[in-house]
Amino acid sequence: MHLDATIATFLIQDGLTNGAVYALLGLAIVLVFSVTRVIFIPQGEFVAYGALTLATLDTGNVPGTPKLLLCFGVAAFLLDLWSWRRDLKVDALLRNIALNLGLPLLIYGAVLYLAPLQLPSVVRVLITVSIIAPMGLYVYRIAYRPLADASVLVLLITSVGVHLAMLGLGLIFFGPEGLRAAPLHDGSFTMGPLLVTAQSVLIYLMTILIMIALYFFFEKTLLGKALRATAVNRLGARLVGVRTQLTGVTAFVLAATIAALSGVLMGPITTIYYDTGFLIGLKGFVAAILGGMGSFPVTAIAAIGVGMVESFASFFASNYKEIIVFGLIVPVLIWLSIGAIHHEEE
Amino acid sequence: MMANKHLMPGIAAIALLAVFPLLPVPPFWITLANNIGLASLVAIGLVLLTGVGGLTSFGQAAFCGFGAYTTAVLTTAYGFSPWVTLPLSLLVGAAVAVPLGLMTVRLSGHYLPLGTIAWGLAIYYLFGRIELLGRYDGITGIPPLNIAGYPFLSGQSIFYVIWVFVILTAIGAQNLLDSRTGRGIRALRGGGQAAEAFGVNIIRAKLIVFIFAAIVAALSGWLYAHMQRSVNSTPFGLNMGIEYMLMAVVGGSGYIWGAIFGSAFVLIVKEILQRVMPELVGTGINVEMVVFGVLLVAILQLARNGLWPMVARLMPPKGQLQIPTSVRKLAKRTLAPAGSPLIKVDRARKAFGGLVAVSDVSFEVKAGQIVGLIGPNGAGKSTTFNLITGIASLTSGSVSYQGQPLTGNSPREIAKHGIARTFQHAKILPDMSVLENVALGAHLRGSAGVLRSFLRMDREEEATLLAEAAYQLDRVGLGQYRDRPAGDLALGQIRILEIARALAADPTILLLDEPAAGLRHGEKQELAALLNKLRQEGVSVLLVEHDMGFVMGLVDHLVVLDFGTLIAEGRPAEVRRHPAVVAAYLGGVA
Repeated sequence: MHLDATIATFLIQDGLTNGAVYALLGLAIVLVFSVTRVIFIPQGEFVAYGALTLATLDTGNVPGTPKLLLCFGVAAFLLDLWSWRRDLKVDALLRNIALNLGLPLLIYGAVLYLAPLQLPSVVRVLITVSIIAPMGLYVYRIAYRPLADASVLVLLITSVGVHLAMLGLGLIFFGPEGLRAAPLHDGSFTMGPLLVTAQSVLIYLMTILIMIALYFFFEKTLLGKALRATAVNRLGARLVGVRTQLTGVTAFVLAATIAALSGVLMGPITTIYYDTGFLIGLKGFVAAILGGMGSFPVTAIAAIGVGMVESFASFFASNYKEIIVFGLIVPVLIWLSIGAIHHEEE
Repeated sequence: MMANKHLMPGIAAIALLAVFPLLPVPPFWITLANNIGLASLVAIGLVLLTGVGGLTSFGQAAFCGFGAYTTAVLTTAYGFSPWVTLPLSLLVGAAVAVPLGLMTVRLSGHYLPLGTIAWGLAIYYLFGRIELLGRYDGITGIPPLNIAGYPFLSGQSIFYVIWVFVILTAIGAQNLLDSRTGRGIRALRGGGQAAEAFGVNIIRAKLIVFIFAAIVAALSGWLYAHMQRSVNSTPFGLNMGIEYMLMAVVGGSGYIWGAIFGSAFVLIVKEILQRVMPELVGTGINVEMVVFGVLLVAILQLARNGLWPMVARLMPPKGQLQIPTSVRKLAKRTLAPAGSPLIKVDRARKAFGGLVAVSDVSFEVKAGQIVGLIGPNGAGKSTTFNLITGIASLTSGSVSYQGQPLTGNSPREIAKHGIARTFQHAKILPDMSVLENVALGAHLRGSAGVLRSFLRMDREEEATLLAEAAYQLDRVGLGQYRDRPAGDLALGQIRILEIARALAADPTILLLDEPAAGLRHGEKQELAALLNKLRQEGVSVLLVEHDMGFVMGLVDHLVVLDFGTLIAEGRPAEVRRHPAVVAAYLGGVA
């Protein structure tokens, strides 16, 4: 097949759509890393959970994720009980019960009631996000909080463990078959020679909206500023009264929310299997590495680039698509490495 | 025989391995044991990389793949003999590791693992797409290993080949750690700054462990290819890479024998989950990933050093390290004649943006002198110190040693001149013994490399280095703590340990950053006596210090800084009366 203008515009649109989602994921990775020093590899599982939950809700069935959320909540509850075994306070216990048992039970009940009602797609999306987002809270509590002072290396290996466990849970709760969610809006329109689907417009809008929301969160709210303070200097933030555990939890819940939304956006444009999320998340990683694991704007721009490269690679060398995309980090590492030498001599 | 008591469990384990295939065990036990051996090789590499070197990789399975595919292609398509492809397989593994290592070792620690994840995935896909490698079907009909016409076809026979390689690799890795090069590698986890100040090339040390890990993974792949007699891309994916990491973490960071334990643990658990669980639960639910994921997190949370230390506690303790008394003495530098200029700081300036921390400071340290660098907080003492030791770079001006410019040299190059230092915040390696910490200081006085260490051909040199370290420890009065982990020492002792380490480098000049901080009165007097003795021997000292009483009674020459500028210098008695010094310290009107 020969590349002509029509195909090129199609590939560009495809690249932009995927790139926008990678941008969201890249932002979440940078957010979590700068606040907690955790390299958030299980992000991809949150994406898959989001997409698969939405696709199951589309069919009017109850997805496995609310039950999983309940399991996470119970685990967090038991761990809290264990850590408080010598000094149990009633008010803390009540709060713990409300947060770790009450919240997931409430969500579970709501999903049981709402799932068969065939509600409009916006509501299904909201349900999906409210199932997945609290998982960030529990995953942080269960896996990362006990290791808050560990080295980046230990946290990274932990992340890989969490990834593996959540991948396995995805297989158990959703099975090996792939699912595709219904488009949130199945309209489309033409712009010159270009056919634009409503779903892709939705993705662009959503991405921009989330970025604006994040900007306001970090610039205008006290919690957002606390997160930034933690990112700049963890100990310093703690000394001036920022509760770094709270900022850690916030970062994880935000990241889980963004990942769930990414899953919701990706779900209707590609078939998602329990292990697809990991590959999608890794492309967010490639973007985050391109941004030096620190810069939000560079990460977002790099993510669009990753989407574009992927899109054109799938046309010119579809067999080597993944190899080319993951190979992208090689020149970046060389570039960063040269920068590091320069820095050393400076 | 008593001294070798700690070897007994090892000998017993080898004896058990030797008879294991002869026992009437089910065949799948043999297969399992073979797989444990193959995995152990990879895990040994990871223990060195992660547990010892503080680096990590999730792409080790890809390196196995390179080893396996190299021999598969060469033996099936080109008719090579398996023994000829062995070095080639290892070479390919190393050749792939070099560029990836070069790209990532200079960056912060998390780039190497992230790089290996992306790299590992890309390579996995590549294996399945390349025509020469048989795409997803892979390559079949790989010849078995053979010695003198005897083919290693059965599981029982290849068992011996695999385990001989495992044991040799483990012993070699153990030798490597217990050597001059190994000390450099073990220093990486402490950040490497101290190691670099004594001449260890930390970039090179990181590359060495990464390449070593890649080579043993390739060895595992080569063995796998000839055991399985066919290869495809499945066992070389990221999931296997993660599983190898789990084995290393279970075994424990830094324990070579733990790698074998960890591999056995993980593979036996896996076998149980795959065979026993479905019979128990009656369904085909795959719980293996969940169990392994939870296990990995739980071990990091509850037993970050892995499970091996718990096993090792049951073993007889290692005997005290014997240091031969009659060893060749290490060559010593000739010291410069007393009074000749040694270090010359000429209009040194350091600006951080608009802030000038050190402003055109000039002074000299003459051979055989003790020079004190003092000043109130924020005067620029530490920055000046860092300019001399190469930690910080000059904005303008120069620093020279015996007329040779040091400007732009790395701490490692500066160390080669015989300039040895201590750190304000002591940088020791708490898990290493006191003796080994000091031996790190003598790094540049030895020359044994990786291969000599691996093959244990470095013993004579190693003995002289250790004897030198022991001598310096006795000299500073820490001899009785020789075999204790350095982390057990009190703060004051750690400062003295740093001085012993600096002395082991056979320095012409010692740079001491607040050596008396945290010392008790008696310890300060001992330190002063030691420095006095060194001066008599011709060693020069430049020290940054806060304790005036300590400095005044000791130094020949004082340099006083305030707000980044030199306000006075001269003999202590003169400087004490200098109006600018009085003003700076007491805030009086000058």
